[in-house]
Amino acid sequence: MTTLLEFRGVGKSFGGLRASDDVSFTVGEREIVGLIGPNGAGKTTLFAMASGFLPVSDGQIWFGGRRVDGLGAAQICAAGLVRTFQIVKPFGEMTVLENAMIGAFLRHARRDDAMEAAMKVLRRVGLGGREHQVARTLTLSGRKRLEVAKALATEPRLLLLDEVMAGLTSVETAEMVALVLDLRRTGISVLVIEHNMKAVMQLSDRIVVVHHGRKIAEGAPNAVANDPEVVKAYLGEAHA
Amino acid sequence: MMSKHTLPAGARVALIAAVAAAPLLSDNQYLLSVAVITLLYAYLALSWNILGGIAGQLSLGHAAYFGLGAYTSTWLFVHLGLSPWLGMWAGAAVAVAASVVVGLSCLQLRGAYFALATIATAMVIKTLVENADSLLGGPRGMEVTLLRDAPLYFQHTRKEFYYAVALAFVCAAWFVNRQILRSRFGYYLAALRNDQEAALALGVPTTRYKLLAAMLSAGLTALGGTFYAQFVLYISPDKVLGPNLGVVIAVVCIIGGRGTLWGPVVGALLLLPGEELARTLSGGLVGVDMMLYGLLLMLVIRWEPRGLMAIFARWRERGRPAGAGAATVRAAEGSQ
Repeated sequence: MTTLLEFRGVGKSFGGLRASDDVSFTVGEREIVGLIGPNGAGKTTLFAMASGFLPVSDGQIWFGGRRVDGLGAAQICAAGLVRTFQIVKPFGEMTVLENAMIGAFLRHARRDDAMEAAMKVLRRVGLGGREHQVARTLTLSGRKRLEVAKALATEPRLLLLDEVMAGLTSVETAEMVALVLDLRRTGISVLVIEHNMKAVMQLSDRIVVVHHGRKIAEGAPNAVANDPEVVKAYLGEAHA
Repeated sequence: MMSKHTLPAGARVALIAAVAAAPLLSDNQYLLSVAVITLLYAYLALSWNILGGIAGQLSLGHAAYFGLGAYTSTWLFVHLGLSPWLGMWAGAAVAVAASVVVGLSCLQLRGAYFALATIATAMVIKTLVENADSLLGGPRGMEVTLLRDAPLYFQHTRKEFYYAVALAFVCAAWFVNRQILRSRFGYYLAALRNDQEAALALGVPTTRYKLLAAMLSAGLTALGGTFYAQFVLYISPDKVLGPNLGVVIAVVCIIGGRGTLWGPVVGALLLLPGEELARTLSGGLVGVDMMLYGLLLMLVIRWEPRGLMAIFARWRERGRPAGAGAATVRAAEGSQ
């Protein structure tokens, strides 16, 4: 499998706090990789660095054969790497369709083309029929879907999903899992941060575990779930 | 961004044309000059709307660009004899250059800090002009060389001339706004106004787009400055660079409805004749115009921060059964 995204010894310090430390792993073409770890492990920091929202303190990040750390967020998105936000960021005053169009404009400069592309994406994530609703008025589930729709509309090669299932019901979660699996079928790779273990085990080809900013395990879902280091990180010393 | 109309397109155009032509029927030069100033502010509010409304960057220093336009074209006319029709483009170029300098240093600032920085910039430019005694006449200002009926030099003794020109300016600025709102540029500006980080994440180069909006807005505002100089035939730092002017331009647009196509025009149609009326009724009380603006601004911000256009939209929706459009009404009500 060809490598699409690669973290090479990536570190990030905020003053004295080491949010990420010497993290290395890859995401291949058409691969779904789960990024898990306890709260505060530094998962979102890794996302922020890969997507150009935070500069790295050490190490390098490569995407599609090109070094991307140091590039701006907009440039990285144009290169085909797009993120969602854990706390969803809809363009509140705009309609659902207009929200998706902002993403679609990246590859379709004309308004009509962007609108058409946005409509397709909205149908795909299950927001068909809600095009003209003002984004602010969507339910949580609707906003999570919109967050994915906006990102998908940029026609990425790699999608970084930050807890898109948090707060969803089990039915909604199952729909989101189905959607992500469907994305891979159309050639999109996914790196997903998720606390819902059942969902992440179901989705991922491979799982990377971080704890206190360091990578402590990596491998197939079953192997990782039984790794003593991982159990210790999640449940404490007594259970290991 | 899209709006639904109750009148057919043909009727709307006819109505607007009739309203626009009405002042020309009157021979009253005073009424005409009120109409000209109203149109000038509609034009300035439309120019401001690109940066302050659509892109959501609250500039309170647009007087700087207005003044730069007025001073540039006037200086070129008085000292070199260049027609203001040409000089106004030089003024626009100066304002665009200034907006790039201001933009690169201030557009990283958010919200109130950006607004404060724009006020400060305008004050710096005003002080510079006030101290340029030999070049620009300092605090006394400059008189535009009188040629009387010289339309090729942007001058005429009849107010109808200025009314027609102002109307053309408004139409042009309205058209520019409309094209922006319908293009990727406008969508991107609206996105970064809503959430800058989210826009960045979707590949919108937010700083570049804000800068483009600032340049366009500044250039158009400067053309308005030239118009003012030719209409009044006298400019001074207080009149064309004063802090009041920068605030009024913004307030007209905000009260009408920032980021909308008609808001700036509606704001000017309501406020400028209103200001004139307040001045007459109060017997020329100093500052009554600013009091009126302050009061109206408080009312609008209290009841509908998105301005009169949002209130009109709500009225229109009230009369309809709840449908797809109902979401807009709920959103408007929920935003208070």
